[in-house]
Amino acid sequence: MSFIEVTQSLLGGFAVTCLLFILTLILSLPLGLLISFCTMSKFKPLKFVFKIFVWIIRGVPLMLQIFIIYFLVRTADGANFWAKLDTFFYFEYGVQFGKNGAGLGAFIAVLIAFAINYACYFSEIFRGGIESISKGQHEAGMVLGLTKKQIFSKIILLQVIKRIVPPMSNEIITLVKDTALSNSIGIVEIILQAKLFTQQAIWPLFYSGVFYLIFVGILTLLFGYLEKKLSYFKA
Amino acid sequence: MAYLEIKNFNKSFGNTEVLKGIDLQVEKGQVVSIIGSSGSGKTTLLRCINFLETPNSGEMILDGVSLINDLSKNDSDALLREKRLNFGLVFQSFNLFPQYSVLGNITLAPTLLLNDKINKRKQKEEYLKEKTNIENDAKALLEKIGLTDKANSYPCELSGGQCQRVAIARALALKPKILCFDEPTSALDPELTGEVLKVIRALKDEGTTMIIVTHEMGFAKNVSDKVVFMADGVIEEEGDAKSVFDNPKSEKLIHFLSSVNNKDGE
Repeated sequence: MSFIEVTQSLLGGFAVTCLLFILTLILSLPLGLLISFCTMSKFKPLKFVFKIFVWIIRGVPLMLQIFIIYFLVRTADGANFWAKLDTFFYFEYGVQFGKNGAGLGAFIAVLIAFAINYACYFSEIFRGGIESISKGQHEAGMVLGLTKKQIFSKIILLQVIKRIVPPMSNEIITLVKDTALSNSIGIVEIILQAKLFTQQAIWPLFYSGVFYLIFVGILTLLFGYLEKKLSYFKA
Repeated sequence: MAYLEIKNFNKSFGNTEVLKGIDLQVEKGQVVSIIGSSGSGKTTLLRCINFLETPNSGEMILDGVSLINDLSKNDSDALLREKRLNFGLVFQSFNLFPQYSVLGNITLAPTLLLNDKINKRKQKEEYLKEKTNIENDAKALLEKIGLTDKANSYPCELSGGQCQRVAIARALALKPKILCFDEPTSALDPELTGEVLKVIRALKDEGTTMIIVTHEMGFAKNVSDKVVFMADGVIEEEGDAKSVFDNPKSEKLIHFLSSVNNKDGE
């Protein structure tokens, strides 16, 4: 078990971590905006339903949500669709999505759980940001004859983005580390990969931590840059 | 008939009646000041005129065209926006758009309206010509308010008085028929009110029709062709500045003026 071997397999696990991270962001950001609009809706029943939904998703452990969705996906999959896909990928491309029977189906289940969970957290950040913009900004746009869409996209949006960068960076950094929860249903992300070495040595565990530190370090720099970019105005 | 004719405006918020049958006439080129204590309904009246609130009943006719009537509650969003453009509104708290430069604040709305009107790609030449016009107009406005050197500054870099002058230019850029002010100097330090009032006075000299809700009694007396005193949702007294300030008739106005004067004397 050389350093290079460990690096290679940790990189493989890290790729899964990154894939889960990026796909979750791509799905949960627009979904979160949609949910925030629903929780701010003037149509009371819609608002109520989504407030309850956000309460449940934020109130129940993410790991439980992962388990529930995983078993729902498995139960619903009578035709063994995911297993067939796994076999296909394994024999055609040599790609294996997980160990101990966890495969593409498990990955999809985890992705769904993450996307919904983070969308709910993001929606609250978006709602806070949007509601914090003074009514005067809307009214100034209205008296200038702008449409609701123009007021949101040309006036409100950038001010909201500026305000939500700090809480969003917090949440996104948490997401990086939360991806590790996926190993509870056998997805071989970086920590599970490192854990496989522990019968021989424990340093790969420390080593896997370094990957996270570098990744979070890069994200911190990116958010710092964004914050600086938006510091030309006060809102 | 007057240029702007408001008939029997009523407005309630829940059980609170804020406007109780307001009638108001404004002639073209006239400057009308609305004074009165807080809660008298003057800001609500201004917001109704600018379509930020919808009166429960009443009619508003501008230049012979009925803008608010029994049927106008069903107006489409597009029609409502079109009607709004007859008026400009300058807010107490400026409400400049922080992420746009001074020039950007002034050109934003005209540019967006232009985008709706002319297809940027299909009528490229015409679009560019109009766009240049908008920018030249904006620069001319900046010169008028004396902020040419601040064209590329952002609102956070300006003083309150400068912000309010930009807000006036922004409203003027859409060439409204009537420009309204909602306590334009109330959020300013006393030493900064002068520069804003100077701009308003210059607009009067150009013949701009204006409705000004204000607490600046000296200014109202000085600049107004007509002063309207509101109390408890009705117009208690109105007339030219001299008669309202020097020869008040209603008890409420006498009381209001004396309390304002006492405050100034302190």
